[in-house]
Amino acid sequence: MADFGGTDLEAFRGEVREWIAANFPAALKGRANPMMREERSKPSAEQEQWRKAMGEKGWGVPTWPAAYGGGGLSGGEARVIQLELNRAGAYNPIGGMGVMMFGPTLLEYGTEAQKQEHIPPIVRGDVQWCQGFSEPGAGSDLASLQCKAEDKGDHFVINGQKIWTSGAQFADWCFCLVRTDTSKKHEGISFVLFTMHQPGVEVRPIPLIAGNSPFCETFFTDATADKKNLVGPLNGGWTIAKRLLQHERSGLSGAGGGGGGMFGMAKSLDVLAKEYVGTDEAGRISDSDLRTRIINNAIDARAFQQTAVRAMMEAKGNSGPSAATSIMKNAGTRVMQDRAELTLEIMGSQGLGWEGEGFSADELSAVRGWLGGKAVTIYGGSFEVQNNIISKRILGLPDLTQNH
Amino acid sequence: MAVLSEEQSMLRDAAKSWVQEKSPVTAFRKMRDSGAELGYDAAAWNEMAEMGWAGVIIPEEYGGSDFGYLSMGLILEELGRTLTASPLLSSGLAAASALILGGSDAQKSEWLPKIAEGAVVATLAVDEGPHHNPEKTAATFAGGKITGKKTFVLEGMAANLLVVSAKGPDGIGLYLVKADDKDVSRQRLALADSRGAANISFDGAAAEPLTGGYALVEKVLDRARAGVAAEMLGSALQAFETTLDYLKVRVQFGQVIGSFQALQHRAAKMFTDLELSRSAVEAALAAIDADSPDVPELVSLAKAKMGDTFHLVSNEMVQMHGGIGMTDAHDAGFYLKRARAAEAAFGNQAYHRDRYAKIQGY
Repeated sequence: MADFGGTDLEAFRGEVREWIAANFPAALKGRANPMMREERSKPSAEQEQWRKAMGEKGWGVPTWPAAYGGGGLSGGEARVIQLELNRAGAYNPIGGMGVMMFGPTLLEYGTEAQKQEHIPPIVRGDVQWCQGFSEPGAGSDLASLQCKAEDKGDHFVINGQKIWTSGAQFADWCFCLVRTDTSKKHEGISFVLFTMHQPGVEVRPIPLIAGNSPFCETFFTDATADKKNLVGPLNGGWTIAKRLLQHERSGLSGAGGGGGGMFGMAKSLDVLAKEYVGTDEAGRISDSDLRTRIINNAIDARAFQQTAVRAMMEAKGNSGPSAATSIMKNAGTRVMQDRAELTLEIMGSQGLGWEGEGFSADELSAVRGWLGGKAVTIYGGSFEVQNNIISKRILGLPDLTQNH
Repeated sequence: MAVLSEEQSMLRDAAKSWVQEKSPVTAFRKMRDSGAELGYDAAAWNEMAEMGWAGVIIPEEYGGSDFGYLSMGLILEELGRTLTASPLLSSGLAAASALILGGSDAQKSEWLPKIAEGAVVATLAVDEGPHHNPEKTAATFAGGKITGKKTFVLEGMAANLLVVSAKGPDGIGLYLVKADDKDVSRQRLALADSRGAANISFDGAAAEPLTGGYALVEKVLDRARAGVAAEMLGSALQAFETTLDYLKVRVQFGQVIGSFQALQHRAAKMFTDLELSRSAVEAALAAIDADSPDVPELVSLAKAKMGDTFHLVSNEMVQMHGGIGMTDAHDAGFYLKRARAAEAAFGNQAYHRDRYAKIQGY
């Protein structure tokens, strides 16, 4: 029988359930992850307690090696933990760039000393990271970055500007792509790490259309990075960056396709439509055109989830990721954005509120979520760049030649 | 592709090599060119039966191998790649399911072994108009006889046994009718996809009930739908791959046309949709094998999604091949015609979208 479903992990599930019951503060039940909000800079006592408990247990990053404090568990066991957390109304307090993309990359490319120094604080949630990649002149064409690092023997001196630096205002450390050779494009980039808490680093949050400022402009004026924090070889940073972007992409599509996720609401569209639009005598959503579009979104969301499961099962047996993974960001983000648009449409004029009276919290959150969600097809490799990657790397289609 | 057991891998590999050697798309063209009277090549069907394919979902005690629906789906997918015509889906999957799920021991013993051997071709007769609507079945069963009209019966002319939906005293159910019964008259339909089909009239034809009422009808239809979706997956994949190959060789404006970004992105979209469709089709087949309560919604999901994807890919195949895609000499036209027939079989995308929502409560 083809192994399409999950594996039997009942004993482990029981253990997880018990541990969560003993360690998750009741006051936090159903509350959202403070990482996503302003509270992250001023956590409550219970939030801190929960972070420390999960940090020590290593279950915030269940599949990371136990040698660095991670859970050392399988993918199946990690899913059990996630399901049990959901069941208990508990968020994972360990997260951020360090978890999503930098940690996995460092585990693959870092020296033992680098892993020993930087992984455990990520596991415990003690250190938050930000990504110094994009620049005003280097977005989709990231390799054209100009931020310069001068080699001063035992350290680099860094000058330049980064943009879209998520969470820079809360970050402790930065993993940064810098130019260490101006004569070559891709082979002139190095991957360095440095602390954000130094005089040469200035952070300016950028107000976005959703009213929040999750991303910043980050200015480096003679900022320094220790030589021991060069990851990989000098001028060998591009390869590492590409791998990191793959991790980012998987992380984003996971968040983007799973229903409400970061940007939406938990209520399903059909439930929402029945509330705002109404039903006919047969109990069906009374606007049949809307109903069809809701169904299309539901079908695409479901097929996306099925593909996530299939890709995971296929990866288990093989050395590399399944071909299905290349489609995940585009498929997931499209589903998420369509859902956000449908939510607004369903709410009608109640879906136009910016703030204040006359609108429920859910209605206001839907508007902000719809706006913020426009970013998901732009960041982490735009929709168009993903299609380029699929076309060229998976489908093998050629580049334009010079003579035309 | 789903992670397969060793048996399933072997079955799939056997189907792949048989199709490559014995039934490339030129075989379909030859069948079409010869007039396609039967709707499939009898010699090819014999070979399939000899390899045991007609018995894949049939229990061993009735001469089958009981490998299950995902296994049958793997074979159908390979056949779909080259548009290989056969009664495998109608007989070995759909009609066989009706007997397995609703037949008495006597009915099973009488028919399943012969279906497994390929000696008897059986098929479902459910539709009564241009659109699939089993809940509104009007054909009647009374006093051991069926009266009514059925349309678009797949392999209707080749069939020896018909599994017919009709309204009996206790509601709609399935009934066995011998196709050569004196009170059965068949009209051959020449379809655009050259596959076998017929309109069939029943004028008080002798019929034996199967057990299970309307629930049986839906269970059997869901298995048929999943089979069609599996075949569509193979056809759509081949249509896409053939098109992709063309994008890599055709030169215009001093460039291989596959280097034009607009075409690259359309290819990426098709690839994305095909991967999503594969997930849905395999999940539906696995659910049937597990006899999951989620079968109806997973099957409607798969049929709707696969239908949309094949619809797109079949259009793009013609469009991306330009002028030659419009010629009969090219295979693009075959995939396009097959796509619409398969989309319509046992409920099109709209039907299954609506069914999906109904099951979910909206």
